[in-house]
Amino acid sequence: MTEYAIEANDIVKTFNDGKFTALGGVSLQVPKGQVFGLLGPNGSGKTTMVRILSTILAPTSGSATVNGFDVFKQADEVRKSIGLAGQFAAVDENLTGYENLRMVGLLNHLDRSFVDQRAHQLLADFGLTDAANQRTKTYSGGMRRRLDLAAALVASPPILFLDEPTTGLDPQSRQDLWNIIENLVEAGTTVLLTTQYLEEADRLAKQLVVLDRGKIIAQGTSAELKAQLGNTVLVLTFHSPSDATKGAEIIKDVSAKTANVEGTVVEMTIDKGPASAADALRKLDASGIELAGLVMREPSLDDVFLNLTGHKAEDVPAQAPTTGRRSRKARA
Amino acid sequence: MTLTVPTSNRSALRWAISDVLVLARRNLIALLRIPIALVFSIIQPIMFVVLFRYVFGGAIHTGTNYVNFLIPGILVQTTIFGAVSTAIGLAEDLQKGLIERFRALPMARMAVLAGRTISDLARNVLVLLIITAVGVLVGFRPGGGIIAYVQASLLMLSFAYALSWGFAFIGLAAPTSEAAQAMTFPLIFPITFASAIFVPVQTMPSWLQGFALHQPVSVTAEAVRGLMLGTPHGANTYVSLAWALGAVVILGPLAVRKFRQAIK
Repeated sequence: MTEYAIEANDIVKTFNDGKFTALGGVSLQVPKGQVFGLLGPNGSGKTTMVRILSTILAPTSGSATVNGFDVFKQADEVRKSIGLAGQFAAVDENLTGYENLRMVGLLNHLDRSFVDQRAHQLLADFGLTDAANQRTKTYSGGMRRRLDLAAALVASPPILFLDEPTTGLDPQSRQDLWNIIENLVEAGTTVLLTTQYLEEADRLAKQLVVLDRGKIIAQGTSAELKAQLGNTVLVLTFHSPSDATKGAEIIKDVSAKTANVEGTVVEMTIDKGPASAADALRKLDASGIELAGLVMREPSLDDVFLNLTGHKAEDVPAQAPTTGRRSRKARA
Repeated sequence: MTLTVPTSNRSALRWAISDVLVLARRNLIALLRIPIALVFSIIQPIMFVVLFRYVFGGAIHTGTNYVNFLIPGILVQTTIFGAVSTAIGLAEDLQKGLIERFRALPMARMAVLAGRTISDLARNVLVLLIITAVGVLVGFRPGGGIIAYVQASLLMLSFAYALSWGFAFIGLAAPTSEAAQAMTFPLIFPITFASAIFVPVQTMPSWLQGFALHQPVSVTAEAVRGLMLGTPHGANTYVSLAWALGAVVILGPLAVRKFRQAIK
């Protein structure tokens, strides 16, 4: 038995007869009892990785174990060990919330009387008791996600895959889901979480892997990644592009990171926050270049990408065939 | 740690049957909650009944009372059209991500397909009874008796069930449920109209007769007609059953294979 909840070795997945590489050799080691974050933009391969680890999709090459079971040779054992909740909230619209949970429970081969009890308990835990007997067609986006997550938990799996659980949700629903996930981990569940949001990964995940175009480009704790990145982003707007270029040159010693110039805007990640910003302002003031605007903000996933890859997250080629094949409607 | 949940100890086969029933029940609930879908699938055959009984019927000479010729044919056509819902239902489940959820569950692999085809079969039984009643209203008087009616019904339901595995394949291959429906049309149109369903095949041009006479829908329609009316129907019953069996043997594994690859 392995000490890791999930272990993947050199997973490769290609589509269209090898013309498109969704995953170009990804290895993961997810320790038990914590949230492990898979961070990356659309098309980076996060969902493909989750599909492979949850036995939905076979990889082109590579091996993996989940809960100590081989994903390919012991798929049924793996399925008994996992719960899966996805960004498309796969609930049956024609069934009520209760009926959805009951169906999933029975398909998990749980005892009938236990399924009833478990369904009601989960509906209560997730604030869905009042809507238990309503068709999920009438549910809001946040309610659907909660029900989807509840469905993944019916069999109390030790390992949970959450594929962008909060994408498209309002802040309150997102907060609710985060609390639920934290409680689950406290109770011992291992969570593999994919997300596009640095904030979400930062809040939930102990360890992180950053995926870009099917490859791991960085890994470590959230703090380690942020240290790599700098703590704050300084955004300076100038009156003209030539001023911006000159300005970027003048302040280049303020941070070890290279400034990014786009038109009249200069962005730079800085380590010491206000002190670095003041330093930059003094230098600019001395040179006589006038500023049109100044903003300081927290680093975003874009900044991570810019720093790690030199391109922005949105630069990734249009949607991979993994999700592009079917035009699903994200309802949330 | 996570709490332990009681799982029942049953054999794999009993679990597979349970999975199929859980999913078939789920599909039937949807049928009851969206009755409009059922209404639409009944309106079409009723229009055919009215059209052929009262508009075209007078010009079609079968040597017998045309309504007795027509209704068994309409019933066969209706059950084949009913089997198309398998394609639509599966395409919808795939589109909504439900198949993905099912595939990550420790359930029998074939249960999604079997549950869907079985619930569509149940739906077909209901539609068959309703259209039979409509037939009686417009003058259909089968002379073969109730047992022959039941036999004929079982025969066409078996045939439609066999075809539903082919439609399952189409549903899994189609990008959307609308596309699935569109894809089935060029298949069922020729086999139901270039057939013995509405008119005697002998009135067709000779180049079409060979196909129209021997293709499985005609064979089934002739067998059903013979049984219901109590007229000679030769080996048609057995030939139709053989077609159904052959279709399941070939289309079943194809659909199951497609299901395994459905999420690429």
